[in-house]
Amino acid sequence: MSSKTLTRMDLSEAVFREVGLSRNESAALVESVIQYMSDALVEGEQVKISSFGTFSVRAKAERLGRNPKTGEEVPISPRRVLSFRPSHLMKERVSRGNLRDGKA
Amino acid sequence: MIRSELIQKLAEANPHLYQRDVERIVNTFFDEIIEALARGERVELRGFGAFSIKQRDARTGRNPRTGETVDVEEKCVPFFKTGKLLRDRLNGDAS
Repeated sequence: MSSKTLTRMDLSEAVFREVGLSRNESAALVESVIQYMSDALVEGEQVKISSFGTFSVRAKAERLGRNPKTGEEVPISPRRVLSFRPSHLMKERVSRGNLRDGKA
Repeated sequence: MIRSELIQKLAEANPHLYQRDVERIVNTFFDEIIEALARGERVELRGFGAFSIKQRDARTGRNPRTGETVDVEEKCVPFFKTGKLLRDRLNGDAS
């Protein structure tokens, strides 16, 4: 498994290559895509990208946690968390792309 | 929000671009992420979150309808971890 990490820069480079806009504009557009998705999620909206996956916001109730170091009980405040459910296509591509060598 | 609404927002904010190009931009964004994960790479979008792959061991599962046991092979699944900034924004800590 490679340890390479893809970043915004790689995504803007891909947009630059595919669409032929300037590098600056490609980077700004990638940033906008991330911004629009974040804003929708902060508003509590679900973001559903066909053949990619679904991001949804879930509300968690308050619960009692424990400080693992001291054993002390501390209340964990209610919060909103983001969950991502990959599409079938993504799961399929990822599992097929990462088979151990020697398996078909 | 769905893919087409994201495309529309981007198109409205960039009236100088062809609709066709806006679609290509959005598709490239998501396709590149899937391709990278399929190659075994991580994708990190600071402030938003990071996609990585997790390996699941082989196990013996059960068909929930028939109760029959089935062998499930080891496999890799996509995993997403929310970025700090977005996590804070979801909880009103920052705008």
